[in-house]
Amino acid sequence: MTFVRAVVERDLKLYMRGVVDLIGVWMFFGIAIAMLPLSIGPDPDILSRIAPGAAWAIALLASMLSLERVFAPDQLDGSLDLLLLHAPSAHVLVLAKGFAHWLVTGLPFVVLAPVAAIALGMELRGVLPLAGALLIGTPALSLIGTVGAALTAPLRRGGILAALIVLPQTIPVLIFGTAAVSETLMGRDSSAYFSVLGAFTLAALALAPYAGNAALRAVRS
Amino acid sequence: MPDLGAFLAMGGYAGYVWSAYAITALILGLLVVASLRARRSMRSSLDEAEQASPRRRAR
Amino acid sequence: MAKALHRLANPARFLRIASPLLPWIAAGAAVCGGLGLWFGLVGSPPDYQQGDAARIMYVHVPAAWNALAGYAGLAVASAIALVWRHPLALVAARCIAPIGACFTVIAIATGSIWGHPMWGTWWVWDARLTSVVVLLFLYLGYIALLHAFDEQETGERAATVLALIGAVNLPVIKFSVDWWNTLHQPASILRFGGPSIDPAMLLPLMLMAGGFTLLFAYLVIIRMQTELARRRVMALRRAALAVSQPGDA
Repeated sequence: MTFVRAVVERDLKLYMRGVVDLIGVWMFFGIAIAMLPLSIGPDPDILSRIAPGAAWAIALLASMLSLERVFAPDQLDGSLDLLLLHAPSAHVLVLAKGFAHWLVTGLPFVVLAPVAAIALGMELRGVLPLAGALLIGTPALSLIGTVGAALTAPLRRGGILAALIVLPQTIPVLIFGTAAVSETLMGRDSSAYFSVLGAFTLAALALAPYAGNAALRAVRS
Repeated sequence: MPDLGAFLAMGGYAGYVWSAYAITALILGLLVVASLRARRSMRSSLDEAEQASPRRRAR
Repeated sequence: MAKALHRLANPARFLRIASPLLPWIAAGAAVCGGLGLWFGLVGSPPDYQQGDAARIMYVHVPAAWNALAGYAGLAVASAIALVWRHPLALVAARCIAPIGACFTVIAIATGSIWGHPMWGTWWVWDARLTSVVVLLFLYLGYIALLHAFDEQETGERAATVLALIGAVNLPVIKFSVDWWNTLHQPASILRFGGPSIDPAMLLPLMLMAGGFTLLFAYLVIIRMQTELARRRVMALRRAALAVSQPGDA
């Protein structure tokens, strides 16, 4: 546990050192949301109808932007060797890395959810479901993304490739995350969708460490 | 053999049916040709490399 | 089983067994494909609902089946490569991927062409078509990762892990897409190749499926022969270099 905390604190410090990039990711989320009315038109009916899906898709894309920084810098300067040496197991390291990534590019979207909801003309009773669905679902995105980051760790510009291989794997999260919000807005019982979303995150928690471990072994020997 | 014109017309769906078969044939044909050509050129490289190899080995 | 796999895993033995089979596989593919084309285009009646447009099924469905089976093959080869570290399984996996991707493209293109007369539009986000598109993304991601590294071996190992992740996730994706489709569309749209298929259409479908599968196998073996030859060339060149510069070896 102390190892996890140490890694998360270290990663946060490193993310903060490049905080401009990080703010860029958060701004991407906001700006991309603002681009939607500009491209689709300001019609509140259309905007509010696509709002849950748009917020989810943009959150997904934004969380892919910083995958390059999960493993690649550590692999480049050799600190990944040290981390793996001190880790109880590589699985724990993958979990810690995923958690740190979620803290900087998952949790902020939960916080920004009300802004997105209002900007897209979503009814206010949709804010809580949107934030809740993002809270439940984005950890799965970060965990899957961490595996993709591990697979591309030694590449100098692996960010786009990581996004390319990760995006198709996140389709279930995107589908159920969006459905959870829009079904709530339509006044239907959406608890099942939230449960499935939670199940995806739990499954990612259980499987991502093994996949990440295999990925790190594959690219680093 | 029934009427050739009717066969080619495919009950009014000629454009759809024939373009679907044409795309399939084109992709599969290119795949086969490319694979065979790659094998031929690689086999000639292999012959060259084996000729040049110090321990000449019969294939 | 494991022992038999071990024996086949020797590249030289694989070539000895596979190479003589190749002409037979090619002949089988040609016969199945030829008969399938004849029965599909001439010898079967038009569909009572879709007319002659249903004949697109005889290329679309076999291509889609093989696209999916190809990914299964890719996953099995990757699992063997990861668990038993058979070099031949890595060769098989990397050779299956581009062929599977081509079959997937055929399935998508013919599905779209078939969709136009049936749906009135070139593309519908129907559950099956969407799943095939996702399959194409999985193939493309595999191929992109395979070629992203300077060291060929590293790329192969990374892509192996990715193929297995995709194989574990694919049923979940398929379930999600199917469910998503029922949520957004009434299930009244046309089903491709449902269970109640006329026997006169089943014969060409099965012949074409057999032909496509044999062609897939033929292409995989050809590309594996090429890849094994390439590895041998590299090994010989490395050996020649080591002899000419003994100090560096």
